[in-house]
Amino acid sequence: MCAVRGLTKTYPAVRGRRGTPATPAVRATDDVRLDIRGGEIFGLLGPNGAGKTTLVRQLTGLMRPDAGRVEILGHDIVRHPERAARILAYLGQESTALDELTVSLAAETTGRLRGLEVREARAERDDVLDELGLTALAGRPLKKLSGGQRRLACLAAALVGERPLLVLDEPTTGMDPVARRAVWAAVDRRRAERGTTVLLVTHNVIEAETVLDRVAVLDQGRVIACDTPTGLKEQVAGEVRVDLVWREKAPLHVPEVAALRERAVESGRRWTLRLAPEEARTVVATVTGGSAFAALDDFTLATPSLEDVYLALGGAARQGLVKA
Amino acid sequence: MSVVPAEVLPGSALAVEEAAPSGAAELAPRARLWPSLCAIYRAQLSRARVARIPLLFVATFQSIGIMILMRGVVDGGGEAESVVAGSSVLVVAFVALNLLAQYFGQLRASGGLDHYATLPVPPAAVVLGAAGAYASFTVPGTVVTAVFGCVLFGLPLTHLWVLVAVIPLAGAALAGLGAALGLLAPRPELATLLGQLGMSAALLLGVLPADRMPEAVRFTRDLLPSTYGVEAFARTFGPHPDWAFVLGDLAVCAAVGVISLAVATWAYRRAAVR
Repeated sequence: MCAVRGLTKTYPAVRGRRGTPATPAVRATDDVRLDIRGGEIFGLLGPNGAGKTTLVRQLTGLMRPDAGRVEILGHDIVRHPERAARILAYLGQESTALDELTVSLAAETTGRLRGLEVREARAERDDVLDELGLTALAGRPLKKLSGGQRRLACLAAALVGERPLLVLDEPTTGMDPVARRAVWAAVDRRRAERGTTVLLVTHNVIEAETVLDRVAVLDQGRVIACDTPTGLKEQVAGEVRVDLVWREKAPLHVPEVAALRERAVESGRRWTLRLAPEEARTVVATVTGGSAFAALDDFTLATPSLEDVYLALGGAARQGLVKA
Repeated sequence: MSVVPAEVLPGSALAVEEAAPSGAAELAPRARLWPSLCAIYRAQLSRARVARIPLLFVATFQSIGIMILMRGVVDGGGEAESVVAGSSVLVVAFVALNLLAQYFGQLRASGGLDHYATLPVPPAAVVLGAAGAYASFTVPGTVVTAVFGCVLFGLPLTHLWVLVAVIPLAGAALAGLGAALGLLAPRPELATLLGQLGMSAALLLGVLPADRMPEAVRFTRDLLPSTYGVEAFARTFGPHPDWAFVLGDLAVCAAVGVISLAVATWAYRRAAVR
């Protein structure tokens, strides 16, 4: 469906001027190789600045790569970037082009610019607004809506006029759970009825685990892993995450607790440990009994998430992914 | 995870192999020029409901204010004609040149052009649709300014119908220039600055009577497309206007319009894919 080979893009270094420090050249995508299969929901996961958006902009023909190939449904997008618009629908992070239009006109105009006749565009607009629960807001300008509603309206515009590939850059940012559910229902329906393929950019780990068929983890412009969410988690299946939250401070007078300290990632009153299941059991037994228990406020024991996978793979952003 | 299974390709058979040029999927049709131009024009026009004050009123108040100021300096005759014509065309310069340059500058800087660039729409439709809408925003302001000016300076309203030609032609020239400046400026602040400068030039060189200016300034005045709109309009106040000259001035506006809109379309193409 979509094949990416050796895709590389370097942003040139910027010389410092008064007030703006110089920035070195940044390799935003570095020899990226991906295969997206027809009908799957494929995710790009990574921290801010990992190169997700740059990669997507090259796939949608908005940016020319320095080197590499992109082929979507047999079309060479690097050589013919204008063909991308006839194969895919893109939901970018910006809505400035639509901000001063009403929800209804934004969707209708976008449909017409996708080549639909007036009547078709209006019929599809009504269907999509209804499907996403936007009918009540149809007459309101996007500018006057909340962040999540505006995002939903932009998605509506992206869905008018059928395309075999949907490229969605963080579609659910700022949305409440009802809106999120409407988004995933709409995406799933297109996939079931028309075999639509979806390329999803996200930095939301929970969403990635629940909606994606396969995920590529990006870090500093490189794909550091690519598998199903379950497959990725199996890579760190030997580990369990233990979170300990102390009432005031850790009871370091308990020797077992003192020994754990150097293995824990501390943030305020919270200690996070990644341990083998056996060890985890011992730790839990220690802190839930004796004098350590008196100092303990809360603890959790969890199987690894995609965030743990990312950290285990050596992602540069040691603070982990943003967990919304 | 979704209940719908993905169509899994066997083993490592990657999409590259199935991508022989002959096996390429059919592309969705392009949007045709006229329908997409109309859709963009209509959408842009609707923005006036949300941004009514900057798009429709500010320029009119500015021009009326200038005419009231000039009332104390100019005492009728040929000078009054050029003040009224200049103030009316200034409305066009403010909206079509200045505001359109700002609009495209911001759209380009914020990534708003991505929206159009990922739709199969002809570049000319985007530029002409927006330019046409901005030229249309100037209609009420220009008419109100012209009528107010005629009443203020005691000029005849007989040939005001010439605005039917002046507004679209001066509008095309100035909107094309505004769009080109907005799309070519590397930063939005520069687009704003260029738009402001263009409008200031139209104000100083168009409204102030030309006879009082030094030679060099008069030469600059001839380079500015809005001047020809002003001249064409000013000529029609006399009892027996020389229509050949009016047509000649309007033809200059039309030619500048065609060229600047072509440049703006080229600039859009360049700005859309980086």
